[in-house]
Amino acid sequence: MDLLYDTLFNGLAIGSVLVLAALGLAVVFGLMGVINMAHGELMMLGAYTTFVVQNLFKNGPLETLFPVYILVAIPAAFVVSGLAGLLLEKTVIRRLYGRPLETLLATWGVSLILQQFVRSVSSAFAIGLVLAVVLGVLFPRLSPASLWRQRWTPLVGVGSWIVSGLIGIAVASLLGGVRVLDQPWFSARNIDVTAPIWLRGSLDLGALNMPTARLFIIALTAASLAAVMWFLQKSVWGIRIRAVTQNRSMSDCLGIPTETVDALTFLVGSGLAGVAGVAVTLLGSVGPNLGGNYIVDCFMVVVLGGVGKLLGTVVAALGIGVLSYVIGSGSLLLVWPAMPAGLNELVTFFATTSMAKVLVFALIVVFLQFRPAGLFPPKGRLVEA
Amino acid sequence: MKSSSQRPSPLGAFSARKTTLRLVGGATALATSMTLVACGGGQEAGGQFDGEVKVGILHSRSGTMAISENTVAEAELMAIDEINKAGGVKVGGKKLKIVPIEEDGASDWPTFAEKSKKLIDQDQVAVVFGGWTSASRKAMLPVFEAKDHFLFYPIQYEGQECSKNIFYSGAAPNQQAEPAVDWLLKNKGKDFFLVGSDYVYPRTANTIMKEQLKASGGKVVGEDYLPLGNTEVAPIIAKIKQALPKGGVIVNTLNGDSNVAFFKQMKAAGITPANGYSIMSFSIAEEEIAAIGPEYLEGTYAAWNFFQSLDTPASKEFTKNFKAKYGENRVTNDPAEAAYMMIYLWAAAAEKAGTVDDNKVREALIGVSFDAPEGKVTVMPNHHVEKRVLIGEVQKDGMFKILQDKGFVKPVAWNQFVPETKGYTCDWTQKRPDAGKFKM
Repeated sequence: MDLLYDTLFNGLAIGSVLVLAALGLAVVFGLMGVINMAHGELMMLGAYTTFVVQNLFKNGPLETLFPVYILVAIPAAFVVSGLAGLLLEKTVIRRLYGRPLETLLATWGVSLILQQFVRSVSSAFAIGLVLAVVLGVLFPRLSPASLWRQRWTPLVGVGSWIVSGLIGIAVASLLGGVRVLDQPWFSARNIDVTAPIWLRGSLDLGALNMPTARLFIIALTAASLAAVMWFLQKSVWGIRIRAVTQNRSMSDCLGIPTETVDALTFLVGSGLAGVAGVAVTLLGSVGPNLGGNYIVDCFMVVVLGGVGKLLGTVVAALGIGVLSYVIGSGSLLLVWPAMPAGLNELVTFFATTSMAKVLVFALIVVFLQFRPAGLFPPKGRLVEA
Repeated sequence: MKSSSQRPSPLGAFSARKTTLRLVGGATALATSMTLVACGGGQEAGGQFDGEVKVGILHSRSGTMAISENTVAEAELMAIDEINKAGGVKVGGKKLKIVPIEEDGASDWPTFAEKSKKLIDQDQVAVVFGGWTSASRKAMLPVFEAKDHFLFYPIQYEGQECSKNIFYSGAAPNQQAEPAVDWLLKNKGKDFFLVGSDYVYPRTANTIMKEQLKASGGKVVGEDYLPLGNTEVAPIIAKIKQALPKGGVIVNTLNGDSNVAFFKQMKAAGITPANGYSIMSFSIAEEEIAAIGPEYLEGTYAAWNFFQSLDTPASKEFTKNFKAKYGENRVTNDPAEAAYMMIYLWAAAAEKAGTVDDNKVREALIGVSFDAPEGKVTVMPNHHVEKRVLIGEVQKDGMFKILQDKGFVKPVAWNQFVPETKGYTCDWTQKRPDAGKFKM
């Protein structure tokens, strides 16, 4: 019996991380059909936000509140990642709707840019970047209007961006000479996010040992899930999102501002990635490459669950969690110690973390052969849409 | 494996910081203590060189390994700077300025092979200093052997290799893993659980440890491998709890990011030194402790050849100079020290050979010594270095308290516990075709 509880708890613990990480992707990929390869990097931004919030609370007047900094980090990460996602939607994804392959490549590029951004960003770098963008945006407003009605106008546009880019680089390298401004904010090294004391211990319930960080993540997942469900089912904008998902042109005809709906969906999905970023700081390392560790798992969960179904995402993630735990820990041997020799060897062979991952992947591939649309395939008219 | 775009060259940043360099005192003090510049004294011989010698620096400056390899590259550049300040390499009556050519291996093993070809063929460097993971070394090895060129590799590794074209300044297993296991057996217990990343170094190191434990009365109660970068440790923790319910020894050969996840989740699950678990890591140095957080590592052990806390004048000088050059909040560690010393060993060998030609340097290198931060190191005929073996315990401030100093141990390339290599040795002073691996 202890073993059953142990398996269920650990499966739930692994699964809830997957649910939380995949939830944002389920919204973006599931509802909008956008393949966002930068999802992992939006998680990373959430994790870095946690780091910044933690440092605010570490010293100074807020020090007494350090144990609860994580509660401040959650909304902060939602806002930061959400805004980054909004920017991404407005500048890149908006221009690529209906072109999944281009979206995939473009967001992959964005993910590389974001990784390198957190490695390189310093005050000098940030000032140069902001300056370049501001100049580039302001140039059309400041220059005489006649400039913008010529045959060679596109050249002016490109040229103004090149010039503002060069000015930005020049300013950044000039300021780079000042040592204070040249210090990278995060650098390429991993950063240290320290969980508050109450998230470092564990609770003992009978023979079951439950780390509080895991319990916190399970609770956070449940809360996020409930909030997303409520938002999509009950709120006005949630209903509009679902309407656009089901039939975009009809929604448009009925006066739903589809562009705003797209932006909002992306903002929510990206914000959820930020929340997941806060959660993973409790478990693992925080560095520029954090996103890459999760992106494949996220897509796996969403595809297995059935695109467009939040329930599918949850069931798939928990299923994968329990399955990887059972295989990886080799606990089948404890249930059935008198296993025949051949089978015993097979189970032992797969009872390492690497091999368990291989087996789980293989099982998913086999499953998708029989149910290509996942656990909960979309039904009825939705299929044609 | 994600290979990311090029990191902006740090050279710009270095030149900007030159004003703040306070190397003069340190460099002269070190220089006088070194055998190689016995004639030079410690003069500030800036501009008067008779020529240049190009050397390659090939580390990951981007990607997952950048965290660790940046420090190593920085230590190498610091050594080059110091040698140049002291008048450069003096060969055949000429003073040569060392000019480092930097390339980025981008944490991608084929890129290491490609970049080493470029350094040898295009830049015509005299020697290449580079690599961190064994995977990157194994990728570069065929290039250096085919072109009969010379690679200096600064990281502790799994042994079972002895190339004519590679010089290893990090620890062989008998200078890190084996004494650590001996120490654990003697002081901490006989039941061992082995955890590692899933690639060549941890798997080979664990094979050696299993043989050693078999020979010395220990027992392996479990073993598991995590893919590089994986952060889900729950199944491993369950296995450790099953295998060692009342505490025991855990040997950790995880590399990179997984370590953070491992220690955070172990602490949460109560697998801590306070509960009777002795955890020994082979890839965690001062730099990694700062990134993981000392509160998760306090009380765990590590075996290295150098600790920042090593209380010798040379060690203090090295740390002081490193901090002056790269920032007060930086720390030195074993790989940085091994990287730093190998530049000096190469320069000393070049001066002894009277040329920078790689074949002559290779012959001259054997027997060369240098007063490194860890103490006086000497190059052995198997292209490894006699090194000081230390075992330390992580303290609250992220530094190590040295528990055992075994003194200097001679390197063994072919492991004597593993049946396949038992009785084999390597000696590049011998003129025989199988000098890299022959029966003793």
